[in-house]
Amino acid sequence: MSYLEYNVKTVPTGFRKVLYVNWPIVLLMVATACVGFLMLYSVAGGDMAAWAEPQMKRFAAGMAGMFVIAFIPIWFWRNVSLVAYLVALVLLVLVELFGTIGMGAQRWLEIGPLRLQPSELMKVTLVMLLAAYYDWLDPAKVSRPQWVLLAAAIILVPTALVLAQPNLGTSLMLVMGGGAVMFAAGVSLWYFAAVIAAVAGTILAVFQSRGTSWQLLQDYQFRRIDTFLNPGADPLGAGYNITQAQIALGSGGVTGKGFMQGTQSRLNFLPEKHTDFIFTTLAEEFGFVGAISLLALFVLILVFCFASAFQNRDRYSALLIYGVATTFFLFYAVNMAMVMGLIPVVGVPLPLVSYGGTSMIILVMAFGLVQSAHIHRPR
Amino acid sequence: MPGRRTVRDNGEAARKVGRRGVMLGLLMGSVSIGLAMRMRYMQIEQADQFRLLADENSIKIRLIPPARGLILDREGVLVAGNEQNYRVTITREDAGDVREVLGRLARLIPLTPEDIEETLAETARRSPTVPITVADRLAWEDFARVSVNAPALPGVTTEVGLSRIYPLPEDFAHVLGYVGPVSDYDLAKLDKPDPLLQIPRFQIGKLGVEAKLEDELRGKAGERRIEVNSTGRVMREIGRREGEPGATLVLTIDHRLQNFARARLGTESAAAVVIDVSNGDIVAINSSPSFDPNLFVRGISSADYAALTEHDHRPLADKTVQGAYPPGSVFKIVTGLAALEAGVIGPGDKVRCPGFVELGDRKFHCWKRSGHGSVGFSQSLEQSCDVFYYELAQRTGIDRIAEMARRLGIGVRHDLPMSAISEGLAPDKAWKLAKYGKDWLIGDTLNAAIGQGYVLASPLQIAVMTARVATGMAVKPRLIRSVGGVEVPAPVPEPLGISETSLAQVRKGLFAVVNGAAGTAKASRIDDETMLMAGKTGTSQVRNISAAERASGVVSNDNLPWNRRDHALFVCYAPYEAPRYAVAVVVEHGGGGSLAAAPIARDILLFALHGGLPPLSAYPASQRSRIEAELGALQLLDEATTVRVRSRA
Repeated sequence: MSYLEYNVKTVPTGFRKVLYVNWPIVLLMVATACVGFLMLYSVAGGDMAAWAEPQMKRFAAGMAGMFVIAFIPIWFWRNVSLVAYLVALVLLVLVELFGTIGMGAQRWLEIGPLRLQPSELMKVTLVMLLAAYYDWLDPAKVSRPQWVLLAAAIILVPTALVLAQPNLGTSLMLVMGGGAVMFAAGVSLWYFAAVIAAVAGTILAVFQSRGTSWQLLQDYQFRRIDTFLNPGADPLGAGYNITQAQIALGSGGVTGKGFMQGTQSRLNFLPEKHTDFIFTTLAEEFGFVGAISLLALFVLILVFCFASAFQNRDRYSALLIYGVATTFFLFYAVNMAMVMGLIPVVGVPLPLVSYGGTSMIILVMAFGLVQSAHIHRPR
Repeated sequence: MPGRRTVRDNGEAARKVGRRGVMLGLLMGSVSIGLAMRMRYMQIEQADQFRLLADENSIKIRLIPPARGLILDREGVLVAGNEQNYRVTITREDAGDVREVLGRLARLIPLTPEDIEETLAETARRSPTVPITVADRLAWEDFARVSVNAPALPGVTTEVGLSRIYPLPEDFAHVLGYVGPVSDYDLAKLDKPDPLLQIPRFQIGKLGVEAKLEDELRGKAGERRIEVNSTGRVMREIGRREGEPGATLVLTIDHRLQNFARARLGTESAAAVVIDVSNGDIVAINSSPSFDPNLFVRGISSADYAALTEHDHRPLADKTVQGAYPPGSVFKIVTGLAALEAGVIGPGDKVRCPGFVELGDRKFHCWKRSGHGSVGFSQSLEQSCDVFYYELAQRTGIDRIAEMARRLGIGVRHDLPMSAISEGLAPDKAWKLAKYGKDWLIGDTLNAAIGQGYVLASPLQIAVMTARVATGMAVKPRLIRSVGGVEVPAPVPEPLGISETSLAQVRKGLFAVVNGAAGTAKASRIDDETMLMAGKTGTSQVRNISAAERASGVVSNDNLPWNRRDHALFVCYAPYEAPRYAVAVVVEHGGGGSLAAAPIARDILLFALHGGLPPLSAYPASQRSRIEAELGALQLLDEATTVRVRSRA
């Protein structure tokens, strides 16, 4: 039996739930979002209306959604996990068929004024379904091949659809986010070792495939890898973004050039300065102090999520929190590593800071699940 | 379904989750530490190196404005081109003390204190990195002087750009319009402005063809990646991608005819339109007086501008398409055709004209006070009998007349790439009710019958009407022959749907207007069997004639101030048997159509038919010496000065 049939009397009800919200996480998220507003104001050259204001509205909408989700009992969310996953899967298929083409890839659906990126939704619903799956599955069976394969299928079907968009960054995040839930659920480490070995082999194969008829990646993806491996080779061509981003970041020094004083971003040397590369402006204007502080905010959010998961004796809740926390971690780690030149540019935004629509709203609402698990935990 | 698990199982599973959670946490923690170390490495250890790179960040991307598309006449003669333009710009950020640098610059090139103040204001208003033009259209010597002294002038850059020039300025002013710098208003109109428009003093079409075909003419921007040193001076060019020049436009207009028409209109406030009836090509479209569009390109002085706007002949207005005039008796073609098509008048039917008709307590006069007596259809056009058309209009009804007007192109928009095209007006009952909330009165019908009252038509519209009557086809005017070497398909005219017998009757009447013994335009007939002309005069009142004035004798036009005199109109086509060109001429406040408009129309028509100055033999013998003097006095274009461009087509 799962822990959800625990003593319901100990769970807070009605408005008393407000007292049981994990407030540190909420406050840390608001603080991070405020850093984002500040940076969006700065990169717009002191203009609120360009990006900061719409971002505030979206964040507010996300927060409202978060609280609604938080106050709905976690067992409801467990029960709808499969449905949510299937809906996201159908939307992924729809986006493949009818999606709007943007940046050379099919990524979003236009529903009235809404611009829905099903791949973002899938990041959360995938984690939900896997957590529910391992909650349902007898813990003794988690490492049996057939049950591992089923979990792998749950991850790989949407991943394949996202990869076809083609969106490499998000598909990698799906695999890693899903893998984290499997890992937390206790799947044998041998499987992970095998996958890592297979991936290493595949990478070799991918490079071997380049220029042949069975080429495995798009040309632009190969070029991004080239750029990553040697950005200096063509500082004005494909490596331009990364070179300029690193100059911005490095030139910030310890304390930065001051708010609104970043020469790199002001002179428009920086590409996508308000979306994926916003961290460079922060690092340029507030220096190492600012950059490390933002990283600290992110890590603190993780710490509080993990603390909440450790306390939670409900298997679904704990796995869900690990999954959401991992997704959050992947956002900031991939984005920061990307702008700092540690990994190729894959187009992942900085969570809560980058200007973005669905991606941010969905992430904030995913924290509603974390809060619901926290409020309704067995006591 | 798994069976009930024991509490111990759950406890063990939860501990496992906890252990894996710790491992996950440690992994994330170590990655985060790795990120922090990378930050430290870049921002502390390597900060100096990166700062140096940022300071030296010297690569800038500049747009290269493309050459604007050329505009040629139908024979490939250049009517809008580009010339080299030497200019000097200043960038605030690099200049440091802008006033000081401008002061030094003023010793090298002619700069007035006002120019300096203007530039200072502009540099303060724009971003410090945007180059602001200080002086434009410099002489080569001045330009060279600035280049040589460049080291003493930080932030000053010399550039060679292209600027629009109109080699036949006055002939094509209204058709082409002109270009001018992009205004905030222009930018506000666009959702996604082309980045080119942000270039200081980039010029876009403001009026006419230049504006309407802006997208085709503009071309695509090129890109230049340049390395600049710390003062912003360009050190070298690293990469260059040329833009695409704008498309070359070929007009349907014949520059020689266009030039002749303008010269022939002289200083009158007038308009002339010539249409090739076979395909709708507009071979000349001229509004007089004209102006020099080059003045606008260079930035017109307020004195010049005031002279243009205050001139009572309104040189800036394009009277050919913007002007809407009561067409007067020219409209009798419409009323007559409507009546014939409605079957309210038979071939032999006559109407008696006593000089007026009485309608209730109002009297509607014929222009001939004594009346025309008994008048048949052909005669009614020949002598332009008003009473005949009062009667016809009453029998036909306004709605059928308005329908015929629209079918012939009056009261409908002819979509040409020109600015502020007037729709004219073919009034009917529904229109009056909607516009004034009043019922249509029979008096309105009588006024409309002779092209007065509410009826309005532009010179282009009456030219189209003439072409349609001449051919029986729904001729559609066309101004652009090809864009970028791609032929603009000439619209295939469809039959008008008017019976050939009705058209033949009207044409017979129009022939009599010019060639009949009592024709109103018989003085303007063509004395060449192969080029016989048919036409219709029109004289439209711009004022009401009161009963009192009529009693004491209508004041003749000559005794009126210019702007209260009647408009003179004339439409015609030739040759009568096989129509080639249709011409419409409107002379504002010119007096009578037969005197002021018809001679001009005849000269233009003959010029078009001959492809040059017509031989005197085309004119009636008695007029030849006078015509010779008149045509000889015209100042026409010297063909040797035109530039012929071979179009790709």
